[in-house]
Amino acid sequence: MADSKKIRILEDVCVGCGLCIKACPFGAIELVNNKAVIDFYKCNLCGACVDACKFNAIDLKTTEQKQDMSAYKDVWVFCEQKKGVIQSVAYELLGEGRKLADRLNCKLCGVLLGEDIKQNTEELFSRSADTVYFVDSPHLKYYRDVPYTNVLVELIKEFKPEILLCGATTIGRSLISRVAIRINTGLTADCTGLDIDPESRLLLQTRPAFGGNIMATIITPNHRPQMATVRHKVMQEPPLKPGRKGDLIERKYKDDLLAAPTRLIDIVEEIEETVNLAEADVIVSGGRGVGGAKNFDMIKELALVLKGAVGASRSAVDAGWIPYSHQVGQTGKTVCPKVYIACGISGQIQHLIGMQSAKIIIAINKDPDAPIFKIATYGIVGDIFEVVPALAKKFKEVLK
Amino acid sequence: MNIIICIKQVPNTTQVRINPDTNTLMREGVECIINPFDMYAIEEGLRLKERVSGKVIVISMGPPQAESALRESVSMGCDEAILITDRRFAGSDTWATSYILAQAVKKIGDFGLIVCGKQASDGDTAQVGPGLSTHLNIPQITYVKKVEQVSIEGIRVERMTEEGFEIIEAPLPCLLTVVKEINEPRLPSLKGKMRAKKTEIVKWSADDLDCEHDKIGLDGSPTRVVKIFTPEPRKGGLILKGDVNEIVNKLVAEVKNEL
Repeated sequence: MADSKKIRILEDVCVGCGLCIKACPFGAIELVNNKAVIDFYKCNLCGACVDACKFNAIDLKTTEQKQDMSAYKDVWVFCEQKKGVIQSVAYELLGEGRKLADRLNCKLCGVLLGEDIKQNTEELFSRSADTVYFVDSPHLKYYRDVPYTNVLVELIKEFKPEILLCGATTIGRSLISRVAIRINTGLTADCTGLDIDPESRLLLQTRPAFGGNIMATIITPNHRPQMATVRHKVMQEPPLKPGRKGDLIERKYKDDLLAAPTRLIDIVEEIEETVNLAEADVIVSGGRGVGGAKNFDMIKELALVLKGAVGASRSAVDAGWIPYSHQVGQTGKTVCPKVYIACGISGQIQHLIGMQSAKIIIAINKDPDAPIFKIATYGIVGDIFEVVPALAKKFKEVLK
Repeated sequence: MNIIICIKQVPNTTQVRINPDTNTLMREGVECIINPFDMYAIEEGLRLKERVSGKVIVISMGPPQAESALRESVSMGCDEAILITDRRFAGSDTWATSYILAQAVKKIGDFGLIVCGKQASDGDTAQVGPGLSTHLNIPQITYVKKVEQVSIEGIRVERMTEEGFEIIEAPLPCLLTVVKEINEPRLPSLKGKMRAKKTEIVKWSADDLDCEHDKIGLDGSPTRVVKIFTPEPRKGGLILKGDVNEIVNKLVAEVKNEL
């Protein structure tokens, strides 16, 4: 006989498919009103139904050891800096972290690692951080996996945050995955929604999976901190409050903790100002319809007028018209701008996966049946060689 | 010097559809493929082997049917293939998965490089590669777009960033995760296909790997999925056609406040 607290059917999630009934070696499950119901006299918590359920509708409390979580408090944001400049994703996370901290009635804390950038902690206070943990070292000037991981692990061990948020950037994703293993806690990637369950105080982390076909809400019930990454542009920056003060806590660490096995030889910035897709509010993308490398000039022109970035579909990249760093979609980048303008892009599912969370999608295509029109906020049926230059001209007038 | 490639068999997410009646994922009939990013990892492993010599060993954790992904890797030229499969692995999140892969790598023992795709197309977490290198306590370089130099002592690569790229050197052993730009994966040769049919796919279970039981499957996974739902599908909006100037004036008036 099983403890009825250890296993339960999540009624909202159960679809009554009956797979668990077939899987149960003890005949302990039946359908009542099209929902699975467990007979606790027969169940022995083997978990076969949990494995069989395709919808994660069965919650089995496992025998894992619980950490003592009472000491963990506060919401932390890892504040990424490059060349001493705090990246905008950090401010977006401070905006979201503020809401979470207010709901938990705890402090919002920023973590900043770098060299000679103590003055930047002021920016974090003005962006609603109550406390900033700052570690100053020449070894931390540029991001490197091992010293950054070591320092963040030390800070977590000493100060015990309840929640840690980090940007889903090339730095954040590399760093925080290591930290999660070292600290032995859960990590949820690319969350698009964060919320607090008022009863359990758990962080509810919602993220897309299977190319955005489904959304999953994930928790870290028995480990701390609860860690999540969030992409650029998904969360809102908090209002700027110049002069707002907070507590600055500094730590120093020994050189052996800060030594890196890898050597950074050079940082090469591609000169084009139209590349940084992650941070752009506006992206103008070209696809197969653009027809050639030279024709991307008109895409760039429109992007420049809108102070945006230039994107591309896979076919434009594979044709060699534009470098891979511009590719949006499943095998390229996932972007979330305010406005996405798709020029001569038919809208293959692989492309849509990368851009369908844009607030406004404008599609220009001469084929009225192009799939992109099914998701476009504004669909223009027309020739990109007429429409794109005309848009650039008109926006130039209006935005002056 | 052996090179280990980690791959994952994934449902072809571009074929996944939602059942409109039940509002759930229809996985039946969806073909399983090698995660697209892992194809670049396989290709890079094969190219690295040409530069340093040794064996390319491809490993995958998954259900028994993931064997077909390993056979496909052998047909491309991988020398050996190991399927890490056990019912007790079911429910593993990225923490437990990277632990299990690390146990497998330790059992292989002799290696200089591990190559992974930057992320899998079903989960999209990009956490297992870094997790694996952390469990093994070896350096990692993520988002690699070019291997400039490699020898048995070390490697020099270009790592893609938001603004451009970095040039990084690391001693071996080291783990790389690779992006699409790094290469063009080869097609299997006829000879490769023949060999793949005959090659024995080694199978390792939790017991073979000396896994600690509280570190695998659901017990070893700090995260839990509590809810799965289908997002509201995005709907099409206003379609504009006709005179270009009229369209452009209308559109600019509609969106200028968003800019």
